[in-house]
Amino acid sequence: MTTAEERYLLAKHRSEVAVSVELQTEDMTLNIGPQHPSTHGVLRLVATVAGERLEKVQPVMGYMHRGYEKLAEVRTYAQVTALVNRIDWISGFANEVPFVIAAERLMGVEAPERAQWIRLILTEMFRVSNHLIFLCSFPAELGAPTPLMYALRERERVLDLIEGVTGGRFHPNFNRIGGVKPAAGGGGKQKTVSQDLPRGFIDGTRRAMAAVLRTCDDLEGLVLGNEIVQQRTIGVGYLPAERAIDHGVSGPNLRAAGVPFDLRKVDDYLPYSRFDFDVVTATNSDAYDRCRVRLGEIRQSARIISQALDSLPSGPLQAKVPRVIKVPRGECYVRAENPKGEMGYHIVSGGGRRPYRVKIRSASFCNLTVLPSLLEGALIPDIIAILGSLDFVLGDVDR
Amino acid sequence: MSLLDNVWVVLVIKLAVATAVVFALALVVMFAELKVSAHMQHRVGPYFAGGRWGWAQVFAEALKFLQKEDLIPRDADRPVFRLAPMVSLLGTFAVIVIIPLSPVLVAGNLDVGIFYALAAGSVSTIALLMAGWSSGNKYSLIGGLRAGAQLIAYELPLVLAVVGVVIQAGTMSMVGITEAQAQPLFHIGSVGISLPYAVSGQIVGFVIFMIAALAELVRIPFDMPVAESELVMGYLTEYSGIRFTMFLLGEYAGMLAMSAIASVLFLGGYHFWGLDADWFGPFVLVGKALALVFVMIWFRWTWPRLREDQLQSLAWRWLVPISLANIAVTATLKVAL
Repeated sequence: MTTAEERYLLAKHRSEVAVSVELQTEDMTLNIGPQHPSTHGVLRLVATVAGERLEKVQPVMGYMHRGYEKLAEVRTYAQVTALVNRIDWISGFANEVPFVIAAERLMGVEAPERAQWIRLILTEMFRVSNHLIFLCSFPAELGAPTPLMYALRERERVLDLIEGVTGGRFHPNFNRIGGVKPAAGGGGKQKTVSQDLPRGFIDGTRRAMAAVLRTCDDLEGLVLGNEIVQQRTIGVGYLPAERAIDHGVSGPNLRAAGVPFDLRKVDDYLPYSRFDFDVVTATNSDAYDRCRVRLGEIRQSARIISQALDSLPSGPLQAKVPRVIKVPRGECYVRAENPKGEMGYHIVSGGGRRPYRVKIRSASFCNLTVLPSLLEGALIPDIIAILGSLDFVLGDVDR
Repeated sequence: MSLLDNVWVVLVIKLAVATAVVFALALVVMFAELKVSAHMQHRVGPYFAGGRWGWAQVFAEALKFLQKEDLIPRDADRPVFRLAPMVSLLGTFAVIVIIPLSPVLVAGNLDVGIFYALAAGSVSTIALLMAGWSSGNKYSLIGGLRAGAQLIAYELPLVLAVVGVVIQAGTMSMVGITEAQAQPLFHIGSVGISLPYAVSGQIVGFVIFMIAALAELVRIPFDMPVAESELVMGYLTEYSGIRFTMFLLGEYAGMLAMSAIASVLFLGGYHFWGLDADWFGPFVLVGKALALVFVMIWFRWTWPRLREDQLQSLAWRWLVPISLANIAVTATLKVAL
């Protein structure tokens, strides 16, 4: 027989066990995406959540794999530019530039100065457009839909100018091996009469850049200066510089971690060394800083564009290239500072009209590899803030 | 014996009129949100429906929703899923009926009017919880639970903010509070000057009440239960067609109801300097309520959303202590003066 005391202790023990069993809650697996308003397309996150807190997250990529590397093998060099436009569709023109330069280097030709200047101006305009998209979508993900309209309004000015030059808004397909395409939409006849930038482009660009800079000031005060935005983003999604470098993170995400690495300063794929601009960096490496760096880069891009317009050289738009472009046997890697980070093409040529093999290094893919470590222990609303602050495009991730 | 002597006939007429007025005003608020947001965002907004200003847009949208297929997810808890939108509307209507429109136009002058209004107003949060639970969707569930947590956190500052008014007015009746604000505070010559409580003593209470009301109504910056960029549509994710419309109407009618309560408590209700409350009372009250609704719409299109934990800390660490201090100060002054 057990004593009363023993029975009491046993009951107490049992009740404690019951309580502890009852409080042990099951984690929930939350499948975020591939269809979700904030995953910028078809990214899928398999998240294990305990209440609002994330225990573990597994990004699943590849829903948008379009096989561009393979497709490039069965197209001529001139046709490939139309493909690579669509990798990161927000900065289409910037994707063409490194590919075309790689082909040019293999052929041993160099684009005339004026063509290089136009390439540079348009690349910077796409950078402005890309960062404006970021500055409109990021507050929208935090729940503020209004900055979207204002940032898109300014982006429209930039897109109009790009359309005036290239004939396209998203996919300009404007680069040619050895230069740029002469005049928008021109047939054989029109090439002789309008072989250059459209009339009013230079003044229009200056006006557009002034408007963009004004909106940047507004966005800095109203979005970045907003208390709620600061509460939601400061200290959220901290990415240490070492880890960023280990994962191959590049572009504004890397510079926000305090690493002043910018291919425009380091490499010579376009004549950036002729212009005076700063590499924008930040120190805290959180979502807020990534946002601030992009805002600063818009200003620097406007600075570069205005200098380039001042010093725009005259001359032909095309170097002398054969009618049928054959690239000599060899291989080369050209990388460029795209709006989202480092974009590079490794071209292996067998000596024919088509590349033997193309390897595309895109910025968003490497930038996304840090996601599991960034998201660990975050809250559900922070997932969206962190995802948004990395500024990726799924086409650029999966290619 | 005329027909109007029959209590049931009068009741039916009252109900019909109240429903029509509430729906009409809710549609006005909906339309205002479309137009105001458009102008804040450098857009035109609805333009074609109805010819001028797109005034018929809300009717067109309501008709569109009515035609939609009635979808209930397979895993849903069907009766609860069906009931939730009605509960949402019910809570709002229950509040609206007791708001005094003028000294004579009072549907029910309860002695504990404000107590009843706050209690009935909380019912609509139960609807959000029901919707979140019954949808059979994880996003809905998180949204519903967030709504529940939000209710617990913000009901307290809401009630505490009202306590200050009740102490100052010395009554819980809505008519009584309105009339207390109409009493002249001081005289300039022979003209008695009366001031609403938002100016004379309860400014802190007013601000806290409006913040807590935004949270109760699940409006930005406190719309985490919906949070479309995080939870797709929160507790509304699985709703479509007529049920979605009911939630929407509930939301807008709720904004109106909360604004009307705030107008009665803090802005002098149906009284306005120089206007005869008997005749202009309803217009004055609705005008004040719509002005507050405009402020809510303004916030909605200006600010981002806070995080759930930030919302909780705002409520417990700031609003509750401040409103308690407000009560203490009000009570002290009431006794001292």
